[in-house]
This record gives sequence, structure tokens and C-alpha cells, in this order.
Amino acid sequence: MSQTIAFTVNGRAVNVTVPHDDTPLLDVLRNHLRLTGTRFGCGLEQCGCCIVLIDGKPEKSCGRGIASVAGRGVTTIEGLGTPEKPHPLQQAFLEEQAGQCGYCLSGILISAKALLDRNPSPSRAEIARALDENICRCGAHNRILRAVEKAAAHLRKGMRP
Amino acid sequence: MTPPMTLPSVLADNPRLDRWLNFATPGKVELATGRVELGQGVLTAMRQIAAEELDVALERITVRSGDTDRTPNEGYTAGSQSMQAGGIALREACAQARALFLDTAAQHLGCAATELSVRDGLLLRNGAATQFDYWSLAQSISLAREATGTATRKPVAHYTIVGRNAARIDLPAKVFGEATFVHDMTLDGMAHARVVRQPNRGATLDSIDEAAIRRAARCQINFVRDGNFLAIVGEDETAVEAAAATAADRAKWSGVERPSALQQEANWLLQRPSIDRLIGAPQSESARGRQSYEAVFTRGHLAHASIAPSCALALYRDGHLTVWTHCQGVFPLRAALSRMLKLDPSAISVRHVQGPGCYGHNGADDAAADAAAIALRMPGRPIRVRWRRQEEFAFEPVSPAMVVKVRATLDAAGHPVDWTTEIWSGTHQGRPGGGATLLAAEALPDPPPVPAPTDVPEAAGGGATRNGEPLYDFPNKRIIHHLVPEMPRRTSALRSLGAMPNVFALESFIDELAERAEQDPIAYRLARLSDPRARRVIESAASMANWSESERRANRDQARRGKGIGFAQYKNRAAYAAVIVELEVEDSIRLVRAWCAADAGLAVNPDAAINQLEGGIIQSASWVLKEQVRFDTQSGGPIDWETYPVLRFSEVPEIAIELVESDSDTPLGIGEATAGPTAAAIGNAVSRALGVRMRDLPLTRERIMAKLLA
Repeated sequence: MSQTIAFTVNGRAVNVTVPHDDTPLLDVLRNHLRLTGTRFGCGLEQCGCCIVLIDGKPEKSCGRGIASVAGRGVTTIEGLGTPEKPHPLQQAFLEEQAGQCGYCLSGILISAKALLDRNPSPSRAEIARALDENICRCGAHNRILRAVEKAAAHLRKGMRP
Repeated sequence: MTPPMTLPSVLADNPRLDRWLNFATPGKVELATGRVELGQGVLTAMRQIAAEELDVALERITVRSGDTDRTPNEGYTAGSQSMQAGGIALREACAQARALFLDTAAQHLGCAATELSVRDGLLLRNGAATQFDYWSLAQSISLAREATGTATRKPVAHYTIVGRNAARIDLPAKVFGEATFVHDMTLDGMAHARVVRQPNRGATLDSIDEAAIRRAARCQINFVRDGNFLAIVGEDETAVEAAAATAADRAKWSGVERPSALQQEANWLLQRPSIDRLIGAPQSESARGRQSYEAVFTRGHLAHASIAPSCALALYRDGHLTVWTHCQGVFPLRAALSRMLKLDPSAISVRHVQGPGCYGHNGADDAAADAAAIALRMPGRPIRVRWRRQEEFAFEPVSPAMVVKVRATLDAAGHPVDWTTEIWSGTHQGRPGGGATLLAAEALPDPPPVPAPTDVPEAAGGGATRNGEPLYDFPNKRIIHHLVPEMPRRTSALRSLGAMPNVFALESFIDELAERAEQDPIAYRLARLSDPRARRVIESAASMANWSESERRANRDQARRGKGIGFAQYKNRAAYAAVIVELEVEDSIRLVRAWCAADAGLAVNPDAAINQLEGGIIQSASWVLKEQVRFDTQSGGPIDWETYPVLRFSEVPEIAIELVESDSDTPLGIGEATAGPTAAAIGNAVSRALGVRMRDLPLTRERIMAKLLA
């Protein structure tokens, strides 16, 4: 039976009607809300492509039933920043040209945001550990690590997210 | 008129200038390239090349790419050829267009063309503005003419855009989560589809439990079946996915063949029938009877393991099929679809849309064929097929396992006077355009015959034989190639093809010879390498890594920590790269640092070139330390990231890369240049750290423990 679930996405209240309340959050974001920035990678909670913030915590959205998100706040890559007002992480990723195919970047940027929210001065090793949930297959790892370090420095200097 | 010999081959294949560029929109230059964006930054580099040659600002240039209706046919975006072949073709086309505009303006102005120059599209006469720019002249100049190769190109010394870093034009959309990938596309009325895969060619679908599959879907789904091709189609992707997950166990097949555990090891190849050939001279008389030394190296099957499974959209309407795909070659795919669907190529348009990095021939073409096969049976309905993760791992072509035996005859001083590289491998050419078939075609009625076994020809760099010939100054060299037609899985091109196992073997063996001669491995190499560009990258890498003559002894004293080097010129004709790796070995390997010096010739976008070289190092490190398509697991093959682990962030070493300066006006392909040298550098470093030689890849914990305990 179809159900309507209320939650917020990137600060906007939404009501989504889904056929079943175990529909994955990822499918709801991509197919019902057309927020395709959160990518499908494996559907097995192994690769990190689909990581979003749920009430500030990084979570894989592919295995997460929509019912469990009712009343909660979801942040996706679209909520991080825009070309006009980039988040310092996005700014730093562009400055460092951190990426190749870019398919993993949405999940990585969200993981990095979660890290910097709880630890504004992470070491290189701490950043790497936080990103171990995310697979990058192209080998852009070191650029990504540099970009997160740079964004952390920008944020510490008071650049507004 | 016959074009002069100087015309780049890709331009000779697509000589019409209007196929490459036009000035139709005032203030804009529209480029068209057959090369596609795979995350390597190719579109940015093409834009730089055109901006440079035409003297217009980068921002004025838009790039169309990989579209059978609207771009040149450049075959595949593969083989590190995009700059070396495609870039120079575009450069020539732009030079020719520029000359045409200058000549026309000179006639109008009654001056010599040599008095004219261009500043951001505006024509200047002796430095002063004229009334002409490209766009005003474009109305009277037709580019519907063939390139002649007679235009004078801008001298490299005058370059201000090419050779300088340019920000990638594809990256912002990826950082802001915009709909970039074919996976993100939607079309009005689109249906989602999944294919219930035929387990192997020749397997027959006996029955399907439709009721169980519909129950799993919990929403309306439809079955599309023709022969052994079975697809599930519906409006709700969640439902279609759930149905497909269930269907894998609810479809009964006969004639199923599964690879055996034996077949996962490269040595299995040695017992198989093969097609044999000799490249080079037979062994010389003088080499016979002298002291020779040999070693055998192996590598298992590898997966492309793209970060996401393949996806494609297709729409068949009014007798015309349009396919959106992330494949590497839209024209070869169109030809293969034409054969499979018995449609004239003119009734098919294939358009490239970006996808996850592929590194070669993965499931992209097959997903496109799936979508096309379904679309043809549901006219008017846009169809989106997205493979499942398990499907990509289980059905994409793999890079074949290889055995490489190296044999050298040595003179009294330990110098090789005769060299043989003997290679056993499946084919590296399983692309649909190479004559091979698409999975959907094998499942549909009237499947095409099994293609004759071939490999990539030597003229294209070879497949299994790629980099099988050492670049060193050895007087007599040959390759013996055993092409094994029967393989446990479909095999095809993966980044660097045979070059990775071959360079691993050759460069490991060189280290072994250096050790026998009690020489420093770098000194040993340099003493046998006269190519100055090759010497320079080795010397540069050694200097970056602070390699010294005492390195060997120091490493011996410092147990379980080692540095190693690997070198190759990719295909013996593209970029030169030397890689040095420092690592520690306990029961497994921890990479500490890597250094790389490369000669890419004219590096159009140096930062993007460095990104590619570094990506190659990291991917190769992942292959060497972790990767093998195993058949001895419970699932009978990889199905996810646990059964096919890859390198994670914490395992990646710090990497320093330098492009050695080059005054060349020719780019050398870099995308695959570090794959082989990295594998060899890791192998050599591990062998130095342990004091025993590791000749089988991957260098797993089990293999290291076995060596340590032996």
C-alpha cells in the first residue's frame, strides 16, 4: 500500500508518496525527488557513492528504508553548495582538481563534510580513515586528501560554508 | 587530390573540416571530437588545443563529443591515443581553418596573409584591428572542404594555452552533484529495465517463475522475452530492481558452464591449446649453447571494477533507434548494434554520455545493447537499463590472466646478448567493434557465431604482446606469443592490456640480472639503454627518490623495507615513465611512497597528465596488492567489493610526479604509461625487502607468508 513519508531534504520539507515504506532513501532521492547528485554505486552499502547526511551523520542511502527517515533531516550534495555559493569543500576540490570520472565525489564530499563537522583539524591519516568508506577507482585519492585538508584550513580561517 | 603524407591519420579518416569545428554561433567556436570524456579531462585538452591554434579565448569554445550523427569517427577512446592521435588531428584541422580565414581576409584587405594575426577571434593587420573576425567571415567561408595538411601550424614556442594547466570543464558539475552521468538521465515516459542474464553463451532458459518474481516486485512489471533474452520492465525502478534480484534464482537454465577454481590461476593457460606466433628473429646461432637464465611470471584475471555498474538509455521511435551510452566507441557500437538488430546504421544514433571511469571495455557496450534490444520490442517507450553491481562483476569482460616467461642468454660479463619473451594469454580484444559479440546478441534468437580468436594487432601496439619487447639495447630480441582461445570468462581490454604483466616480468627480470651481476639496478639499466628520453626519466626518478649506489646494501640492512624501480615506454612508442616505490613488508605490504618521472612529450594540460599518471600508479598498486578475479569463492566469482577488494584511501601512498621538460611538439599518450612500471617497482621493492623474488601477482598476504615460511 502506498504511504506518504514526511521529512526534510536540504532544509526543505517534503512529503513523498511511495508504494512501500521500505523503498530505499536513495531511490526516493533520485527517482521521486529528482535529486540525482546522490549516486548509485552498488546497492550493497559497500562503496560510499550514495552517502548522505541524516541528522548530520553520514549514512549510506541505498540500504536505508524511507520509513526510517520520517521526520528527520537529510542533506545531499545538492544541499552542500552551488556554483554561485560553493561550500569550501567544493571550492577546494575544484582548486585541487580533485577527481577524475567524478562518480564517487558526491559521497566523498558528504563524508568529508561529516568529518570536518566533528573534527575541524583532522590529520591526513584521519581524513583517509574517514574516507575508507568511499571507493575511488580512478586513483584521485591524494588530490582528494589534499582538497579536504585545504577545505579544513579555509573553514578554520572562518570561510563561511 | 591525395592528402599529403603529413595529414594525421585520424584527420585523413575524417578529412572534412566542418566535421571538426564551426563558427555558426557568433562569438563561439563549436568543436566536435570523436574522443569521449572518461574522467581523463580529454574535452578540456581538446579545447586548449583549439583555443591555441585558433587564437581564441578558451571560454568561447564548446565541445561536442562521441555522437554518431555529429562528430568525427575516431573509433575508440582508448590506448592512450586521444592526444597522440586525436589531439593532433584536431590541431591540424584548426590550423587549416585559421589559414583559410586569414587567406580570405587578406584577399578582402588586399594584403598578404602574413600581415594578419588573430586576437581572440578578431583579425588584426600588423597588430591593428580590421573589420573582420572569424564569425563575420564565417558567412562567406565554407568549411565543407577537406583538410590538405598544408597550413602552417603555430610554433610550440609561441604557445600560451597548450602546455599550461587548465581547469577541467567536466569537474564542476561533478563537484556540485549535477546530473552528469547517463545514470542520471531521464526521458519522458521512461521505463526501467533489468536483464536476467544468460549465464553463458549457449545456455538455454528453460523456465521462469513469473509469479514469484512479480511477488518480489510488489508493483506492476512486465517481462520481455525473446529466445534466451529475458528482461524485466516497469515504471518503478525499486520494483524492477527487486524483481531482478529475485529473478536470478527463479530462472532455470540448462547448459550452464561455470569457471572452475583451476582456471583462476594463470598457469592453467600453459596446458591449453594455443595459436602460436613468433615476432622478431629466431634465436641466433651465437646464443646457442651459452649460459642462459630464465624466470616465469604470472598474473591472474583482473576486473575493470568500475565504481558503478553500466547503464544505458534507448528509444526506438518512427523506425529510428537512439542510444545513450558511456561506452568508449560510439561508432563501433553502432556497427555492432546494426548487426545485432538487423537495422541499417543510418537508422541508429549512438550518443556518448559520461559514466563511471571504465579503464577499458567493461559492461557499457552490453548495457547499451540490452537497452536497444528492449527498446526495439517496445517502440515509442524510452528504456533505461542499469546493470546490477553483481551483474557488472559477473558479466563484464575481464583482463585475461597471463604467463610471461623471460629467457636471456648472457655473455661472460652477464650482459644479455639474446632475449626471448614468451607469453601465454587470452585475447585482449573482445570489443564488439573488433568482431566480438554483444551479450544480448548471444541470448537473442539466431546468435552470431563465436568470433575467430584474434588479438590487438602489433600496429596498434599489440594486446598480449604489448611492451613484451624490452627497450634495452639487446642485440637479439623476440616475442613468442601463445594466444589461448578458450578462456573461463570473456576477456577484453583493460588499461594497458598486456603491458602490465609484461613490464612486471621484464623489469623484474632486469633486476634479477642486475643482482646476478652484482650491480645497482638503476646503473645496470642505464648501462643498457641508449634512448636519451628513457635515460632521462630513470635518472630523474632516481634523483627524486634519493636513490643511491648504496641503496641495495642499505635496504638489505634495513630489513623488510625496500625501494624498487620499474620503467617502460608505453607500447614502446607513447610516454616514457619510471616509477620508484618504497614500501614495508610485514605479513602484508604497506606502500610508503612513490615517485614518478615521465616524458609525455607535449603535455597539453600538465596537471591533467599528472592526474592520469598518478591514477595509473594507484590503480596498478591496487591490481598488484589485491586484485584477482577468483573462481574458488562461494559465489564462484566476484560479485561485490568484498569478493573483489580494491585499494582504499588509507592504503594509498604519497606520490610525487614530475614531467620532464620536453621541446617536442607531439603529445605522447600517458593514460596507461605508469601501469606496468608501478607493478614492476612494487615487485622489485618487495623482493628487495624480503630478499626473495616474488613472481606471481597479486602479491597477497598468503603468497608473502608462503615465501617467508619457505
